[in-house]
Amino acid sequence: MEILLVILVGILYAAGIYMMFRRSMVKLLIGLLLLGNGTNILIFLMGDIAKGKPPIIAPNTSVFTDVYADPVPQALILTAIVISFALQAFAIILLKRVYQMTGSDDLDSLNTNDGDI
Amino acid sequence: MTSNYILAPILVQLVTAILLIFFWQRVTVQRVLSTVGNTFSFITSLILAIDIWNFGTQTLHAGNWQPPFGITFVCDALSATLILLTSIVGLAVGLFSTIGISINRIKYGYFPIFHFLLMGLQGAFLTGDLFNLYVWFEVVIISSFVLITLGGKKMQMEGAIKYVTLNILASTIFLTAIGISYGLTGTLNMADLAQKIALVENRGIVQVTALLFFVAFGIKAAVFPLYFWLPSSYHTPPSAIAAIFGGLLTKLGIYALIRMFTLIFIPDDYTINLFIIIAIMTMFTGAFGMMNKKSIRKVFSYLIVCHIGYLIAGLGLYTEKSLSGTIFYLIHDIIAKSNLFLIAGLIYKIRSSTDMRRLGGLYKDYPLLSILILFVLLSISGVPPLSGFWPKLNIISEALRSGNYTLVFSIIISSFVTLVMIAKVWAEVFWKPTPKDHPEQDDTFAPLSTFKKVTMILPVFLLAFISFMIAMRPGTFMNLSDKIANELMHSDDYIENVFRVKNIQN
Amino acid sequence: MKSTIFKVAANYLLPLLLLFSVFVLLRGHYESGGGFVGGLIASIAFVLHFFAYGLESARSFFRFSTATLIPIGLSISLFSGILPMFAGKPFMTSLWFKKPVAIIGSVGTPLFFDIGVYLIVVGVTLTILFTISENVK
Repeated sequence: MEILLVILVGILYAAGIYMMFRRSMVKLLIGLLLLGNGTNILIFLMGDIAKGKPPIIAPNTSVFTDVYADPVPQALILTAIVISFALQAFAIILLKRVYQMTGSDDLDSLNTNDGDI
Repeated sequence: MTSNYILAPILVQLVTAILLIFFWQRVTVQRVLSTVGNTFSFITSLILAIDIWNFGTQTLHAGNWQPPFGITFVCDALSATLILLTSIVGLAVGLFSTIGISINRIKYGYFPIFHFLLMGLQGAFLTGDLFNLYVWFEVVIISSFVLITLGGKKMQMEGAIKYVTLNILASTIFLTAIGISYGLTGTLNMADLAQKIALVENRGIVQVTALLFFVAFGIKAAVFPLYFWLPSSYHTPPSAIAAIFGGLLTKLGIYALIRMFTLIFIPDDYTINLFIIIAIMTMFTGAFGMMNKKSIRKVFSYLIVCHIGYLIAGLGLYTEKSLSGTIFYLIHDIIAKSNLFLIAGLIYKIRSSTDMRRLGGLYKDYPLLSILILFVLLSISGVPPLSGFWPKLNIISEALRSGNYTLVFSIIISSFVTLVMIAKVWAEVFWKPTPKDHPEQDDTFAPLSTFKKVTMILPVFLLAFISFMIAMRPGTFMNLSDKIANELMHSDDYIENVFRVKNIQN
Repeated sequence: MKSTIFKVAANYLLPLLLLFSVFVLLRGHYESGGGFVGGLIASIAFVLHFFAYGLESARSFFRFSTATLIPIGLSISLFSGILPMFAGKPFMTSLWFKKPVAIIGSVGTPLFFDIGVYLIVVGVTLTILFTISENVK
């Protein structure tokens, strides 16, 4: 299970960075999405996977008696997902606006202000 | 010492922002409320800073959770100083924005976002928890995304794409690094991490994690290979926004670097060499990048990159004296760089252009204002008795002592180029006669009422006055930065402060 | 969408989903749930109505702009964080009433924090959706 996730993280990072190098704005966006998901799975992996052991204490006990899943990475991922949701929503709207303004999906056509001014 | 008071700067900004959202679209109310909020923030930060300088570090465990588990806020002298500087710049830029930002932008929520940005900065300087630092970073960048795109001109959007992409990439790398360090140590509390990271046996992976952090913060701070988003986006938004970006956002990256590499990842020879090389490259790209630029705001953008090099150099030498130089330079730079962009805004207001070929004759029309601006420009370039000179002297003397002559040479060359460019800006914008093809009615500054004029010049004057104070009393600031550097180099105190505080019993 | 089945279903689902969202909000402290999920469920209720009956009808549920919920929610959350400071405890420490209230369960500052989050999520989600669908037309 873990080795599969490790490979998946690798693929997501590689694909994300590859997509970011393309000239198309949409591909850039897909690259950012893939990278974000890769990071989330990486954090999940870092917390050691314990299958079927939620970190919830039974009502009549006060300490854990068994191995349990580390809740911290889950909290981190939840926060990271919400944040990346906001960032990605913003990026999508931004790209849409730029596309409306320039009529082009090509990142290389965005250099009108990089001239000599 | 534990005290809720260290959160006051964050809370003041948050309350101001919430109130401002309630008064959405009410332009006058927004202007007044924002200024009042900034004044409050300044007062609370000043009280906090004086308290911290005199009585030492204070910590707060939010939610009353024991140190490694909950989120810790730590206010040491570095944090307190940066918080004070943030609220000073916030006050000045907020005041400038009341006139300098168009009514349309204010109606689309400029001021609430501005205060969320300041809140994010204050929080990032205060937090003692790695993941919390990430969250504050996100608060800052989301607010900055909104600010940089607000108004939606084509040029702004093009700049924003580069800014947004690189910042999201940096955040992703930052998050990756956090994930790996959590996997290595099982903690996110910075003080706890500092102790546990030293016990990790696989030093290779610790090194890689440290470099991941360096890349992430390096993108934010605009160091050498990753700086290019800055000059292609910072000249696009209105000057008030560029002022807060130029003064504080890149410095947030520097703060994070200083914190990471003095507390958690103590640099070894490899890292130190890397820092020095990157610092030299950053100085050169900044210095030579600005030489052929015609827009003053582009010149100023490259100036930021160039001076980031000095800050990294001080960190790279990694002695107490050089760190003190970096801190001193940071203090000077935050004030001066914000002022620089405000000045660019004033010039734009007066001439409706930032192109040096179309500007000229400002000294003839506004002699007193020009003298004020000259003072700021000279402070930036580090002419001897002024504020940019003293910290640079510290870094150079420390570089000489460690025998790093390449670095000394680079600092001197890039300072010289800075001076030449500043002189060129002065000659082109102020001394040169007004170009013939430039009609006088472009002056949108002169028709303003006296009150509005004063509101625009006062922030520039305020920041210039602080630069002046630094120049007049360099000893005071030197002592302060020595004290901060001493605290940073002896990180045991920081760690002890976090863990010593016992919880308040129920 | 013009399907009658969907419209009728949306009518019944709206109160049910809203009730369910409040249930999720209240059980949130010790069980899985909380303000964030509750807020999402509540906004889904309005989104379903919006799909079935259109934007105007969905908007008419709110006498004021949905964006107003954001500062209200923020204020409630902030207040719940500041409250323990008056009791001399660190920021955001949980304070609880000794006796649990009927139906709702234990009442304390975390509940208020969650209510704030709930309102923010509803406000943000609906504002984003309404704004985007306005622009699409």
